[in-house]
Amino acid sequence: MSDAPPRTPTDWSGELMQRRIARRYRAERRFRLLGLAAIALSAAFLIFLLGSMLTRGLGGFTETRIALPIDLKAAKLAVDPAHLKGRGADLALTGAGLEDAVDTAANAAWPAQGGSALLADGAWLRVREAVKADPTLLNGRATFDLPAATAIDIAYKGKGAAEDEATVAALGAQLSRGFNRDFLTGADSTDPTRVGIWGALKGSLMTMFVTIALAFPIGVLAALYLEEYAPHNRWTDLIEVSINNLAAVPSIIFGLLGLAVFLGTFGLPRSAAIVGGLTLALMTMPVIVIAGRNAIRAVPPSIRDAALGVGASPVQVVFHHVLPLALPGILTGTIIGVARALGETAPLLMIGMRAFIAAPPEKLTDPATVLPVQVFLWSDEVNRGFVEKTSAAIVVLLVLLLAMNGLAIYLRNKFETRW
Amino acid sequence: MRDNKPPKMTAGHVNVFYGDNQAISDVSIDIPQDEVTAFIGPSGCGKSTFLRTLNRMNDTVASARVTGEIRLDGADIYAREMDVVQLRARVGMVFQKPNPFPKTIYENVAYGPRIHGLAKGRAGLDRIVEESLVRAGLWNEVKDRLGDSGTALSGGQQQRLCIARAIAVDPEVILMDEPCSALDPVATARIEELIHELRGRYSIVIVTHNMQQAARVSQKTAFFHLGQLIEYGDTSDIFTNPREERTKDYITGRYG
Repeated sequence: MSDAPPRTPTDWSGELMQRRIARRYRAERRFRLLGLAAIALSAAFLIFLLGSMLTRGLGGFTETRIALPIDLKAAKLAVDPAHLKGRGADLALTGAGLEDAVDTAANAAWPAQGGSALLADGAWLRVREAVKADPTLLNGRATFDLPAATAIDIAYKGKGAAEDEATVAALGAQLSRGFNRDFLTGADSTDPTRVGIWGALKGSLMTMFVTIALAFPIGVLAALYLEEYAPHNRWTDLIEVSINNLAAVPSIIFGLLGLAVFLGTFGLPRSAAIVGGLTLALMTMPVIVIAGRNAIRAVPPSIRDAALGVGASPVQVVFHHVLPLALPGILTGTIIGVARALGETAPLLMIGMRAFIAAPPEKLTDPATVLPVQVFLWSDEVNRGFVEKTSAAIVVLLVLLLAMNGLAIYLRNKFETRW
Repeated sequence: MRDNKPPKMTAGHVNVFYGDNQAISDVSIDIPQDEVTAFIGPSGCGKSTFLRTLNRMNDTVASARVTGEIRLDGADIYAREMDVVQLRARVGMVFQKPNPFPKTIYENVAYGPRIHGLAKGRAGLDRIVEESLVRAGLWNEVKDRLGDSGTALSGGQQQRLCIARAIAVDPEVILMDEPCSALDPVATARIEELIHELRGRYSIVIVTHNMQQAARVSQKTAFFHLGQLIEYGDTSDIFTNPREERTKDYITGRYG
């Protein structure tokens, strides 16, 4: 034994100890307050973001309408009633001069305020739809609620120029507001009252479809092979490092790759959903591989032993046991990766998806645009009517993202194994 | 009464390496047919490693290498023409920690017969599941809740479920790697009873740390130390009259 003096008994209730306890409690309180402040700050930012998007964007889902009385009988439209049924109806009404009739009626109704200039570009199309639905309208006078021009729309929503405000005041009760169905069914346009989000939404959905169809199976198979089959040597280490690096490569570089390979080498059509999907698949795949490997690694080895022990082949072990148990983790990682791809703009600009596309894409090879690019394009427009349309498009994009995250949570809970 | 049947499995001059580390050196042993053989020895002596070479579970360890020969009914199990999947169906295994699949009790037992195509139709599968659970002594406890998750059972029940899963594929040999080390004494007694009942129908090899357990359940005992087989013989001889000094020291608790 050493000859050091024996330890003095610890004084647990002395002043020194009390100070130490007080200091510990203070540190605890401070830490808790800091955490609370961080949460409160994030929540405040989130509420501010959502609030400002919603207050600005909701206007984009509505339109201002003007009540226009039209005497279609007096306009003497030369339309054979037999032609008002079926596919020829549009052509028949257009040929009969319906657009002129609407313009004439508008000029007569508001000679002082600018006549037909008060109406949005395609306002007469609403009259056409109404007549197609009810041909008896041709035989009398009727009042139609038609979409107003951009300037009137902005003024009626309270942000217009002085002269437009005066026009709005003069029109008074003839103006009303309604839900803009065209916004949800149309595509891009030069007139902000006529733009629609459906073209970009459909483009986004098609692009996502290509991305998921490619990146998910390839990513999962790669993760399974690397975890379950590949030997652990220098080559697989190199592959692992490369995959981790790929996940961190800036997205615009994938855009350049897509431009060079898919457009340049393979000659795929510019601006098409399939090229966008391929490019985003390249970007998403490493994320899926990493998430997949982590999920697969988290499956307890005892389950593999158990399955091998009753004579399951390696493939059976993977597909009967490992994959089902890893699926919730893989799906969560996939949806996070796809949600990131859904919000990507830069790589898609590189492959030409910034074009003005006035019709929703029908096929994967049709020219298309996607929601974030549409937001980018509209935010660049000079016309003030695009301001709220931009916010409305952002609202649609956020709703889509929330829906995808909701799906991720649902799938995770559905497939999760309770041990 | 014994020794008139040929041994079920024979091992000759088996060496196992993990990388440069030799875990088993020159072990030769005969596993008798339809009896219980116990492997005892201090931790890290290689008895579990040797057990895992008997159905080639060591294949899953990339650095493991086996030399020597192991024969099942005279056929070399490390030969090129031996199918590992079929070998593991013939030589089943029960692990240290109960590891039921996170599926229903029924699915746990039905999995093996299904992948090997042992059952004819749904009724045949039902019969195999019932038989296996009855033989594992679990039927009466679970017959009304076959649809419940296997992981919801207690530890002892889970281990008996794993035994039912192993015998459902009708193996010839069952390897048990410390099957009771995670269980309480009541559950342990239950498993030991079960081993008694299974004897005579299956050749059983059990690794255990518990010498009383080895003495109770086995007819043959092998004592491993530092990767070597020190002594192998009838259980009664090993425990009452060991030939080797080291065996005697171990079973009397001098070390280990």
